[in-house]
Amino acid sequence: MDIRLDAISHAYGGTEVLRDISLDVPDGKIVCLVGPSGCGKSTLLRLIGGLERASKGRVLQLGTPPEGCLNPLTYVFQDFALLPWRSVHGNISLVLEDHGIKGERANAIIQDVLSRTKLTDFSTALPRQLSGGMKQRVAIARALAVKPAVMLMDEPLSALDSQTRELLMDDLVALWTRQQFTAVYVTHNLAEAVRLGHRIVVLSRRPGQVREIVEIDKPLSERSHGDADLERTQKHLWDLMRDEARAADEELLDV
Amino acid sequence: MSDAVIKPEPIEVRFRGGGFAPKSRRWMGLAVFVFLIAILEIGTRGGWISSLTLPKPSDVLATFGELWESGLLFKHLAPSLSRLAVGGAIGASIGIVVGVLIGLFSYARAGLVPLVAAIFPIPKIALLPLFVIWFGIDETSKYALIAFGTFTPTVVATYGAVDNVDRSLIRMGQSFGLSWFSIVRKIVLPGAMPGILSGLRISLAIAIILLVAAEMLGAEYGIGAYILEAGSLYDLERLFAGVVILSLLGVILSTVIGFIERRLLGWRE
Repeated sequence: MDIRLDAISHAYGGTEVLRDISLDVPDGKIVCLVGPSGCGKSTLLRLIGGLERASKGRVLQLGTPPEGCLNPLTYVFQDFALLPWRSVHGNISLVLEDHGIKGERANAIIQDVLSRTKLTDFSTALPRQLSGGMKQRVAIARALAVKPAVMLMDEPLSALDSQTRELLMDDLVALWTRQQFTAVYVTHNLAEAVRLGHRIVVLSRRPGQVREIVEIDKPLSERSHGDADLERTQKHLWDLMRDEARAADEELLDV
Repeated sequence: MSDAVIKPEPIEVRFRGGGFAPKSRRWMGLAVFVFLIAILEIGTRGGWISSLTLPKPSDVLATFGELWESGLLFKHLAPSLSRLAVGGAIGASIGIVVGVLIGLFSYARAGLVPLVAAIFPIPKIALLPLFVIWFGIDETSKYALIAFGTFTPTVVATYGAVDNVDRSLIRMGQSFGLSWFSIVRKIVLPGAMPGILSGLRISLAIAIILLVAAEMLGAEYGIGAYILEAGSLYDLERLFAGVVILSLLGVILSTVIGFIERRLLGWRE
């Protein structure tokens, strides 16, 4: 299933945050959204998943979601959003219960996603017992459990330390290589963008507009930390963003 | 700078952290009680506390023993406990429902918050004669008074607790397509539970206060009636025996809530 953004504009009160954004998210690819802080990239992600309504423009689903898909547009949040009173198992079963999947069927799905995220031994643990990286893996497992057509990832690694981030990036690459998923991946970290993105969309500062779209053809599994060509792309992205990022940093907040 | 400068003696860095983290010291509470009661006992026996001021703790205990043996204790305690249970349960459950409604719906909030704010500061005891006219002199008026008194603090605690539920968890529920009812039952209510339970502590203490007030006005049996009777006869031993029962009741209720908190809120720490 593809996602198409058709001339999206959005404003909060009088503040215009996004202007005329048109974009395609092709099936089986990871599209990264990068931009200076406050450029509306997280807002755009909320619009894509229907958590907010755009002032203008439309978000379109092209094609039908794959069979067995319970929740076509599924988020992975920066702050994990795990229920602290439910175990790892309970947090995943939460999103299955409403679809009437209980008992053995639910257990089978939960076992499968836990093994894919290497969490099998932790199914009875409570979120407070887990490290940040583990919590995010639980959130990813929960997202996988509903067999999403498109994963909407809102800075999923930003709350983690840099070593955990490296490890989780490898995990994400491994997950994608095993079963290619579609994702919109919002980040302010350009290293993440060049490691995980097939297509990188650079947004300008507020009001966010598409400045440039960079395609990276190198397969995800062949990319690694510190590749020379990735470094070049990353530098190019940073050159595009640097002045805007500075200007955005010096803006007064009055949203 | 030259070699001639004498280096000062090294000074160990003074520790200035720590504190501000009270820990549970299990026996301290009991020790305070024992200490105070011992002082009173010694004072009343020694004569420097006159028997008109305070009764001897041992006499109070003896009165308590008589109450127990004569079976009067349960004759007084049973109606009090049932009034507390019925009134408290009605007030707390309606309070939780209304609090959740205020927490979830804009119109309920706009309409009911001012009403609750208007009712909250009224001393409910002042309304007792009104309740007697409305509900009669029997049990119903007592239930109503206790329920009314527990209702307002429960409402305020509950809607505050619902307001404090992490919105990002609710967004998560919506993003996974959970139904409205599921979000309320599986995310809002468990998330509000810590605040609701701590509100319940206050509500139930208020319920005990109102229980006594209600029983002082027309009740044959009950802790309040017992205390009122002892007070009008200046029978300090019996008065204190009654007061001790009330204190124990408060401690027991607080312990029960503590137990429920440990069971339901084990995920916190």
